[in-house]
Amino acid sequence: MLVRALGDNAATFLIIATSLLLRFGVGLHPYSGAGSPPRYGDYEAQRHWMEVTVHVPIQDWYTSTTDNDLDYWGLDYPPISAYQSWVYGKAIQQFEPGAIASFTSRGYETPSSKTLMRWSVVISDILVFIPAVLACRWVFFKDATAEQRAWVLFAALLQPAAVLIDHGHFQYNNISLGFAAGAAAAVASGKEVLGSILFCLSLNHKQMSMYYAPAFFAHLLGRCLARPTLLSKVGAVLRLGFVVIGTFACIWAPFLLSESGALGVVARLAPLRRGLFEDYVANFWCSTSPLVKWKQLFSQQELVRMCAGATLFTALPAMLQQIRRPSKKGLLLCMASSAFAFFLFSYQVHEKSILLPLLPVTLLAPDLPVLASWMPAVATFSMYPLLKKDGLSLAYVGLLLFWAAFTLPDRAAPKERTRRPGRRNCLEDLIADVLPVLFRTFVGLALGIHAAAAVLNPPKRLPYIFDAVITVLSFLQFAGAAMHIQLLLWKQDHEKVH
Amino acid sequence: MPTRLEIGSVDWRWRSLIALTALKIVLVPSYRSTDFEVHRNWLAITSSLPLSEWYVNETSEWTLDYPPLFAWFEWTLAHAAKIFDADMLNVSNLNYASPNTILFQRLSVIVTDVVLYGAAWFGTRRHKEPMRNVAFLLAVANAGLLIVDHIHFQYNGLLLGILMWSIALIREGHDLLGGLLFAALLNMKHLFACLGPLYFVYLLRHYCRGKQAVFKFFTLGALVAAVFAAAFGPFILAGQLQQVLGRLFPFKRGLMHAYWAANVWALYAAVDRALALLLPHMGFQVDRTAALMTGGLVQVSNFAVLPDIEAGTTLILVLLTMAPVLVSVWRNPNPDAFASAAAYMCMCSFMAGYHVHEKAILMVMLPLAFDAVNSPAAARTFLMLSITGQYALLPLLFTRNEYPLKMLLLGIYSLGSCILLSACMEHLGGANGSPCQSGKEAIFGLMHKGSSVTKLLGRLNALYLLGLVGLEVILVIGAMLAPTKARHAAIEGFVDCTAKEHVLTRSFGVKKCGSLPI
Repeated sequence: MLVRALGDNAATFLIIATSLLLRFGVGLHPYSGAGSPPRYGDYEAQRHWMEVTVHVPIQDWYTSTTDNDLDYWGLDYPPISAYQSWVYGKAIQQFEPGAIASFTSRGYETPSSKTLMRWSVVISDILVFIPAVLACRWVFFKDATAEQRAWVLFAALLQPAAVLIDHGHFQYNNISLGFAAGAAAAVASGKEVLGSILFCLSLNHKQMSMYYAPAFFAHLLGRCLARPTLLSKVGAVLRLGFVVIGTFACIWAPFLLSESGALGVVARLAPLRRGLFEDYVANFWCSTSPLVKWKQLFSQQELVRMCAGATLFTALPAMLQQIRRPSKKGLLLCMASSAFAFFLFSYQVHEKSILLPLLPVTLLAPDLPVLASWMPAVATFSMYPLLKKDGLSLAYVGLLLFWAAFTLPDRAAPKERTRRPGRRNCLEDLIADVLPVLFRTFVGLALGIHAAAAVLNPPKRLPYIFDAVITVLSFLQFAGAAMHIQLLLWKQDHEKVH
Repeated sequence: MPTRLEIGSVDWRWRSLIALTALKIVLVPSYRSTDFEVHRNWLAITSSLPLSEWYVNETSEWTLDYPPLFAWFEWTLAHAAKIFDADMLNVSNLNYASPNTILFQRLSVIVTDVVLYGAAWFGTRRHKEPMRNVAFLLAVANAGLLIVDHIHFQYNGLLLGILMWSIALIREGHDLLGGLLFAALLNMKHLFACLGPLYFVYLLRHYCRGKQAVFKFFTLGALVAAVFAAAFGPFILAGQLQQVLGRLFPFKRGLMHAYWAANVWALYAAVDRALALLLPHMGFQVDRTAALMTGGLVQVSNFAVLPDIEAGTTLILVLLTMAPVLVSVWRNPNPDAFASAAAYMCMCSFMAGYHVHEKAILMVMLPLAFDAVNSPAAARTFLMLSITGQYALLPLLFTRNEYPLKMLLLGIYSLGSCILLSACMEHLGGANGSPCQSGKEAIFGLMHKGSSVTKLLGRLNALYLLGLVGLEVILVIGAMLAPTKARHAAIEGFVDCTAKEHVLTRSFGVKKCGSLPI
């Protein structure tokens, strides 16, 4: 009987098992800041948060006290991250108390504690991310073919970028991304309240989920406005408003009641303390900085305003479309579009933020086969400078190869396409002709850069030339993907009218 | 969309090769056994010492004990090793494992797996789709092989690849080439000698016949002799033959390896231990010290109650079990049954041989993959044997980090092979009147017909395989409850006892399969 039950979902089981296998496999590799005192890296930050949340009273988590030195990896993620640190901290304490002992555990790196930390990320995947992806598949591709259903699961779970960041570099993006995916599934299946709560959870796990906020706002507003009477429209908006405020109040309750209060926490979370961008990130500001010295030409205030304007301007068309005509898959496309807008134009973007636009793109894999197989590879490529620094070059090669094994196009396929008659307009024809050429060019360039970086030493005047080229190349492809998604959204809108 | 960047494609072989290689690259930093140091030492010995020192040097306890052609293989590898880290080639640099040494050694295993890929490609090319894809996958993606080669560290992909090439050549009728390749293999690892009788009988009856039978016999004999001469010649000239043979056949080793292989002797020893525990309660005198040996060191073990087993006894037993198949090969040397017969030969030496390593079960599983897609009976035998065989290999990895890896690898391979084979069988049977057109359709169309797996295996067998899951759960719970010290010995003993019973019962299945078609 069990065999029969497994057999029905054999593809699902195999893909999930494979994704776990690669996650555990990547976990064998080093993490960010491994063996590099005094500040180590993101791994130490997460470990330190466990230490703080377990040993410091809850109202002092975000405030500087004698027990909590905020200058050493102080908590700067919202409360759900802190609660998660507490839960995992308590669990790890059971097995290896030394790993999160107060103060003495700084830079604690034993093989056994590494295993515990690694497994906590996999557990987050099993508890949050994988169920959320399954829910999305159920909502968006219930009636799709077995092959398409396998493909969406494969794309969402095995895209190399997320696996390398969470299980290699070390972060818990899978929790916030999982909540966001769950929210999308809930909203699309009509459970707006549940969806709103889940999105609040996502937002309160990592503030980065703000990238999706315009999409959820526009889609939910559109749904509310689609109600028949004015009263029900207003009522629906108010209801969701209360849900959001209520969820936030619950999550923030321990800090609202304390003295220094929520404002202290908010101050810790605000990203404006830092610069326009750090290191090499494949967004507009960083990629164009060799031509235009943004940081020197404008003051920080002006830059913040320019970023906000450009982001809003890019996100707006998709938002308007969803307000006008909210649709199931339109929500995912709008999430991708607004996340791309934030990634490309907002202030203080990390290279890891590319995971946000990737999630909706991979969740739409059967509808966007090209984008969903191409973008994850580019995203991984764009993070190579970071991964290399973490000692994850081998894992990078392995995961990209694995991804390529299943996503590279068949050589025979394009001929098949041209033979098939179908309605097409000029633009689509043009794209059909140009895209394979572009794809090959970019793959060739990427391989060329890796080869050059392996063989040549960068010139003394430009020590980061390879990183810069990687950034610009990735930016071009991301920009193309963002435009492609805009077009799709409006085309979908256009088709619905007919 | 303009181009097809989709998950499905008709030919899965290239894709599975890339994916497998990717997985192996991800596994580079995993746990390594002492075999890693063994092979590093051999690299150092062959590259930095003169030929006359190869089988003499004792700087490391892991002296060279594989036949000369394998030593030459290490010598070849050493040339590439220089580029990565020349320090690994220093004989006195014991336990040296710099990041580049690890990378090089791991990559050398990954790259030499090409031999296995080639053999599987060649051996399955006459199959029709989707059987070709499936047989290929079954041969190259074996989880046990991944665990032993790419985590534990050995070169079985290369050695079994040569064996598979030889078998595939013989299946295609290239007897001479197949025989010579086998002679070369014997000179790389003498463990394959258990196949010698089969090759001898088969080539004698299949190759050496017709008008030129005598001429062919002498040609074959001369060429095989030439292979052996090339391998051992230099050492014979140096007057070291005794020394080399002494290294290859150490008689100081005991009946059983430290970690029991799941064979007859493991059952024998288990009975012995049980008796040693029970008999004193019934008033008999028993020397308990002998029974309490828990293994660990390679040594001659003693039994407390049952009589000791001599090497000669095991040899006779092995030959006796081999006899039925040898007789049927003599009567009817059929190339199609050669792979099954080879698997049977390996099984005999595994079940009753002297000082058998648990990894030897790989020699049984891989040759069976060629024929597994041809009939439901063959598929069933393959599934039962490969799944229990691989399960019995798992205790080889005992570290915490590798636990989820080995379980997932086995789970993926087991479920995947069950589903793919049942899909093939439905395709063969043309069930539902809708034969599939391509491998892709067969795979995806039939993937969600779980009932066919139970149908293929039979209820009892399916239940038996599920029992392994239950067994593992009990073991894990037991491991959590048991005090740390007792944990290892007790649990590994239990795994062995159960796993060997599995394989023992299975062996009779192979006997049937091996002898019926011949």
